Amino acid sequence: MATVRIPPVLRPKTGGTPEVQADGGSVGEVLQSLTAAHPGTAEQLFGEGGELNRYVNVYLNDEDVRVLNGLETAVKDGDTVVILPAMAGGAA
Amino acid sequence: MATETRAPIEEIQPFEAQQEIDGGVVLIDTREPHEYQEAHLEGGKLVPPGLLGDEIEAAAPDKSARTILYCRSGNRSALAAAQMEALGYTDVASMEGGIIAWQEQGLPVVSATGMTAEQRERYSRHTLLPEVGPDGQVKLLNAKVLLLGAGGLGAPTALYLAAAGVGTIGLVDDDVVDASNLQRQVIHNTERIGMPKTESARLFIEGLNPDVKVVEHNGRLDASNILEIMGDYDIVVDGADNFPTRYLLNDASVRLRKPVVSGSILGFDGQVSTFVPYEGPCYRCLFPTPPPAELAPSCSANGVLGVMAGTMGTLQANEVIKLILGIGEPLVGRLLLYEALGTSFTELKVRRDPDCPICGEHAEQIPESEMGQFPDYDLFCAGAGGDR
Repeated sequence: MATVRIPPVLRPKTGGTPEVQADGGSVGEVLQSLTAAHPGTAEQLFGEGGELNRYVNVYLNDEDVRVLNGLETAVKDGDTVVILPAMAGGAA
Repeated sequence: MATETRAPIEEIQPFEAQQEIDGGVVLIDTREPHEYQEAHLEGGKLVPPGLLGDEIEAAAPDKSARTILYCRSGNRSALAAAQMEALGYTDVASMEGGIIAWQEQGLPVVSATGMTAEQRERYSRHTLLPEVGPDGQVKLLNAKVLLLGAGGLGAPTALYLAAAGVGTIGLVDDDVVDASNLQRQVIHNTERIGMPKTESARLFIEGLNPDVKVVEHNGRLDASNILEIMGDYDIVVDGADNFPTRYLLNDASVRLRKPVVSGSILGFDGQVSTFVPYEGPCYRCLFPTPPPAELAPSCSANGVLGVMAGTMGTLQANEVIKLILGIGEPLVGRLLLYEALGTSFTELKVRRDPDCPICGEHAEQIPESEMGQFPDYDLFCAGAGGDR
């Protein structure tokens, strides 16, 4: 079981919670568990071919999965998966 | 020689010396170089006692001109005055009590590092820190920092940079103060609703610290003006409220090789990182493409906890000060996330992307003729910004 950090823009799709527990032996499986439990998250995470959208960064603990093994990166019990889209709020 | 030191020397009080100095005299500091460096009177020329015979004529060529000597406490300058009279100087006075008495009366001195007595007092809690010291404070006083946005993040950043004595602060903003800003934009106030934000911020900063020069850029950064505006500054602080400006700023900063301290806030969440071109990743290495509009909500649409602006804005100020001083470990290659409800910080690694179109391996090959030309960011960002 891994902890998934949900960014503010996706929280409306997870009932407002900033963290979700999800099963899976890889980053891809963990994210699939997330989208199965909260279907609204799927289209924002994945493109039509099932690949991660380029504007969404995913980290296993503190490392970008793109420099690891992508969606196939192995996930251990207690790991944290961070979903991170860019934010632009600041001035207005 | 003993008779000479007993010769009647004119001694004057610091306040008398000050009046004469203001009117124009030759002012000689008769101490050692290390003492002079620590602090001296403005306009004072250093002639150490052991070198008086060799150097005094260069420092004071006119033997009939009014000449005031001072040292630490008044002894060495009295001896030097007697020596000078023996050399034919006719109008020499020694300042009683020396620079100690001068400073005890609150009169100004300059240090070799360029700070006045008032500045030494104002920044004393900085200069007491070995990591800052007088030299570091002078770096701050000489630094030029451009703040993109005089709003949520820009307000606290500007306050602390101004208080710290960052000598030049440029502010870019085309907005006016609105009542809905005041929940977090602490540099503005109720009386200044309707005033341009750059002007409102300048008024506050001038009241806080007269050492700071504020440059107002009351407008928006765009591809036509960004290189010219940024060119004058050492460091840029990004608190922009839209993606087109963030990407434009990133691309320009890499070309100009200027560090950017980037922050953003939304709701109870904040992000901050420091992008130093070619030392670490750039904003595009982290976020190669902006999200679509539905994934890019703004503070005006979604709200933000006011204190978040303070938390993240002051973290940005901290990064700026470390960059200026060259101390500590700036957030280069690291993205710090803050979540206010859980009071939790998370640090993520950010790596340079070898294929980054802006700072990657091939970026150096951009021909000179294309430098300074930027794509249409509004198109690139597909409506993800502008919802201010």
